[in-house]
Amino acid sequence: MAESALLRVRNLNTEFLIPDQGAARALEDISFDVHPGETLGLVGESGCGKTTALMSILRLLPANARISGQVFFKGVDLMTLPEKEMRAYRWRELAIVFQGAMNALNPVMRVGEQIREAITLHRLMPTREAEVRVGELLELVGIPKERGAQYPFQYSGGMRQRAMIAMALACSPSILFADEPTTALDVMVQAQVLELLNDIQQRLGLAIVLVTHDLGVVAEMCDTVVVMYGGKVAEYGPVDVIFNDPQHPYTQKLLESFPDLNEPTEVLASIPGTPPRLTEIPPGCRFEPRCHVCINRCKTESPPLLRVGESHLAACHLLVDKL
Amino acid sequence: MNESWLLFKRNLADFWRVFRRNRMGMTGAALVLIAVLVAIIAPMLSPYPPTAVIRDEAGRGLTFAPPSVHGPLGTDDAGRDVWTQLVYGARISLTVGFLAGFIAMFVGSLFGVLAGYFGGWLDNLLMRMTDVLLVIPDLPLMLVLVATLRQMDLKISPLTVLILVIGLLYWTSTARLVRSQVLSIKERQFVARARAIGAGNFHIIRKHILPQIMPLIVANTVLILSTAILIESGLAFLGLGDPTQPSWGTMLNFAFDRNAISNGAWWFYLPPGLAIVWVSLGCVLLGNVLEEMLNPRLTGHHLEGEARVVETEAASG
Repeated sequence: MAESALLRVRNLNTEFLIPDQGAARALEDISFDVHPGETLGLVGESGCGKTTALMSILRLLPANARISGQVFFKGVDLMTLPEKEMRAYRWRELAIVFQGAMNALNPVMRVGEQIREAITLHRLMPTREAEVRVGELLELVGIPKERGAQYPFQYSGGMRQRAMIAMALACSPSILFADEPTTALDVMVQAQVLELLNDIQQRLGLAIVLVTHDLGVVAEMCDTVVVMYGGKVAEYGPVDVIFNDPQHPYTQKLLESFPDLNEPTEVLASIPGTPPRLTEIPPGCRFEPRCHVCINRCKTESPPLLRVGESHLAACHLLVDKL
Repeated sequence: MNESWLLFKRNLADFWRVFRRNRMGMTGAALVLIAVLVAIIAPMLSPYPPTAVIRDEAGRGLTFAPPSVHGPLGTDDAGRDVWTQLVYGARISLTVGFLAGFIAMFVGSLFGVLAGYFGGWLDNLLMRMTDVLLVIPDLPLMLVLVATLRQMDLKISPLTVLILVIGLLYWTSTARLVRSQVLSIKERQFVARARAIGAGNFHIIRKHILPQIMPLIVANTVLILSTAILIESGLAFLGLGDPTQPSWGTMLNFAFDRNAISNGAWWFYLPPGLAIVWVSLGCVLLGNVLEEMLNPRLTGHHLEGEARVVETEAASG
């Protein structure tokens, strides 16, 4: 199982050194695998470390970040590579569609040129061939190739998002990180973008890591789900298991707070409280202050990830008794 | 190669179409171009060499002669033709101004980009240098520097000294302006994206930072040119020009020294003064308009997209 994984993240820890406040522990012991052709969903509320996890893997964090742990990509530990060699992996193997991708395009560069930039930077092919490839990529995401000669401001939001996806595919990466690819798009365009991602995955067979807080998207797109809370993995398992048999109280609450079309309720459930401040993390379980079923042990001891089923892991003290 | 050249030509044509309609910009460009043209064809504009003394039939030098058939702007205290000095002076004033301006622009942009992009100790070092230069009053510093360097027998011409001193002291405002822009641009997401596609620092600066600040640099350069010309005139007026290669400032210095004003010889001191105003006004007008125009976001909207493509397709086919 582990041998076939494309990307193996092991005990990834990331903290940010903040002047006068010490360290903010943004990620603690994150581990997950991404297999070829798989779609992995990273879910959790704002600030739980989803984006930080992606950026840590790509080593694109600001200078005050301290990362430890291992990230094996095809057996190579990316964390120990010199920056220069790491650069060869970025985009060539691991591409990312940024959160709010519409801002990730340079406003004074033609869109086609920006897509070509990724190809020529890695010297994959001569400029003229790259030109043709850019046209193909644009057509692939449903943009007429003539519009490659235009600037981003001449695109609509959805087109920009699709152009970013085209750019992410430019070097035929093995893994595509999609950081909330549908945020800030209207529902129709959201559906188009997701369909596009699905279609591309089917055609090109790449693995996708989808970061989102939209459980509907997860249910539709993902094979495996990592539920994160306060910088830790709360639950990890196949999508149908997570949705039908959630073990972690946070996952249960999260699913409850998602509207169900079949059984509409007057008031939508919500989880009281707010996520912990990363500079003042509780000594025990990070979810304890908001948990409806917490016990005394939760206040003092951080629960380990327990195997609750085949390839199903959850971090909760209550599960010890169930096993 | 050929395609990018075509693209560049089309961009230039687009730029010209908009620029042509801008009256302020055209006026500025015309003022500057006329001055440059005069400097280039100076020998064709005057029948005399710049140092020739105009004499009357009796062979006496015509001193402080008002405008007449001998010369459209009369003569100076030594009987030399003022018009001739003016057109040859354009060469000196513009050369010093342009070279000094370009040096200032280059140093300022380089320091601004390095300080803004890399930050840390480099930023600190460069910006403290800038602060030091900013707090020392320019004019006294330049006077002392030019005078000292002249004394030092460096085997470089007085004009070169002037160019270097102005160029190497006037980059501070450009450096600060560029740095502040770079600081804001490098935090934008497309820079993070460029890093994510595997780009290095040099590539990011060249492809993503420089094009963004280029409009600023171009416009700022044109504005710096006018400052450089004014500073040169000031220094030359104070006697630090090269008397053997008189610029407009040097002419003013001569006129002032030799009592042109009390002699009522307005044709001696007004023309160089107006010429300086002419060029700096031209630079300021042009600079302001360029700054406005070179911002690509002010030129269209995404809903006009389709129509534009069709139009350019038709135009190129």
